[in-house]
Amino acid sequence: MSMRLTLGPLQYFWPRERILSFYCEAAGWPLDVIYLGETVCSKRRQLRTADWLALAADLAEEGFEVVLSSLALLEAESELASLDRLVNNGRFRVEANDMSAVQRLRERGLPFVGGPTLNVYNHVALQLLCEDGLERLVLGVELGRAVVEEFRSTGMELPELELLAWGRLPLAFSARCFTARALDLAKDECGFRCIDYPDGLPLATREGEPFLTVNGVQVQSSEHCDLAPEIAELNEAAIDLLRIYPQAEGTAGIVARFRKAVDSKQAPLRVGSTSGYWHGLPARPAVNPTG
Amino acid sequence: MYLVCPAGNLPALKAAVDGGADAVYLGFRDQTNARAFPGLNFTEADLLAGVDYAHRHRRKLYVALNTYPGPTRLAGWRAAVDRAAEVGADAIICADMGVLDYASRRYPDLARHLSVQGSATTHPALRYYRERFGIARAVLPRVLSVQQVERICEQDVVPVEVFAFGSLCIMVEGRCQLSSYVTGEGPNRHGACSPARFVRWDEGRDGTRSVRLNGCLIDRFAADEPGGYPTVCKGRYAVGGEVLHALEEPTSLNTLELLPRLQAAGVAAVKIEGRQRGQAYVATVTRVWRAALDRLQTAPSGWRPDDSWQRELARLAEGRQTTLGPYHRSWH
Repeated sequence: MSMRLTLGPLQYFWPRERILSFYCEAAGWPLDVIYLGETVCSKRRQLRTADWLALAADLAEEGFEVVLSSLALLEAESELASLDRLVNNGRFRVEANDMSAVQRLRERGLPFVGGPTLNVYNHVALQLLCEDGLERLVLGVELGRAVVEEFRSTGMELPELELLAWGRLPLAFSARCFTARALDLAKDECGFRCIDYPDGLPLATREGEPFLTVNGVQVQSSEHCDLAPEIAELNEAAIDLLRIYPQAEGTAGIVARFRKAVDSKQAPLRVGSTSGYWHGLPARPAVNPTG
Repeated sequence: MYLVCPAGNLPALKAAVDGGADAVYLGFRDQTNARAFPGLNFTEADLLAGVDYAHRHRRKLYVALNTYPGPTRLAGWRAAVDRAAEVGADAIICADMGVLDYASRRYPDLARHLSVQGSATTHPALRYYRERFGIARAVLPRVLSVQQVERICEQDVVPVEVFAFGSLCIMVEGRCQLSSYVTGEGPNRHGACSPARFVRWDEGRDGTRSVRLNGCLIDRFAADEPGGYPTVCKGRYAVGGEVLHALEEPTSLNTLELLPRLQAAGVAAVKIEGRQRGQAYVATVTRVWRAALDRLQTAPSGWRPDDSWQRELARLAEGRQTTLGPYHRSWH
């Protein structure tokens, strides 16, 4: 079976109309799975849970497998209540991005997808989560080819494995909002200003080198990881699904490029950056240490 | 409330015990713990001496085994659990489910604490670790406000330990790949944030010092400006045309003034960060917190921290500044 393509959850904050038109367009793309929902900040409510569920139903109607993604960092009771609404949706599988979600899903005996922030570094952790109901693991951002091979060599029956193949790497989460900090606003009075940065807010070193991307409480890499040129290795490692993260512009072309690479098994030229993580190296591309 | 203090070596352990720590925590000299720095942590002989010293003074000794091994390295972490049990540790502090699973099956009587690296910030997450691995305590990540800590305590899933003083991780612990992204090595897998061998300081002709981590410029300091250790989160960067500490300033967490509230909430233990700091740091911080806790017991009404305590703590803080950090909403 050839690798399936997934559209990861939208990590940025866009206006409602833009989100809806993005997914309306995505319905025409050669994708297999679409993840929906807010994973970064619970204050981002251009779409409410009910809106996401309606969108999920529409996309399922179009023949996509739809998964509902949960928040990566939960702190407040209100966030747990939103989580429960996702868990109890009665139809779609949930991507658990935190152990709170794993527990809620496990208590209800529901199968789930383990998201990339779960910290699954070895086969025992993976086995335990499989007992809890995990059917697919989105590999953590640090994990690469070597760990996948180690998982296989343990002989355990592996769940489906999904790998981040395109997008800025989600590197860290905090309680602090870095966008609000950059704009000198208090988090509680942030004015939802993330909406002005549909691809996040670029952060550079003092010598002007692009370094990170500030996205509310999340920090991402500045460059886009691109694993399309590694298509032969990904096939060899028997990765089941490749994840593409939405971005403000050009997602359609990226999906088409990956579709072509997967179907033809031909490696395209690199457009984004090499992912060091896949090769067991620092993920940040080598920098010129002068200046 | 228990006072849990760090020990990066035997002299620091003795300083913690002498200063009045109820428990000390330490790590082995390898990557099984999240302060795997060269020259730090316990050799075999020091470990035995440390256990003996702590137990002779009727204090607890915890072993941090709080990094995440890959499949082939898991055997090494199991061996570390065995070692902790053999030497008579009172608890192990773990994050990885593979390590917790082994410990709970093989040594059901050895208390397991969920490390801050386990990133458990809610009562359902704590319930998971309690039901799955029978944890006896959980260390909460430094992202929660004091109100959120109170809510978690109310649920009473498991006794909680919170950070009281020391270097402030501003990201959810266990969820930060910034060091790993830049150097290939980070806290989760390698037990170190911004490992020293990747750090390079350069001084310009005008006395300006630049500090890089694996080639990446983290900050630049004027000749008369103090320069701190280059963790990615405490560097200065350009965002929106302005150069600033875009993520966090070099500062330390200090929750001393929250002590009565933490006690009222039912927090089981307060933790001092700093296994990488020396004996003098441990001695002073332990003494101050012991005095603060003792006075809270004997004279709780109108309790407030002495100015002298705050001065001593600020002197030992990163960048000589302290903050209530995430405990206070204004920090967010």
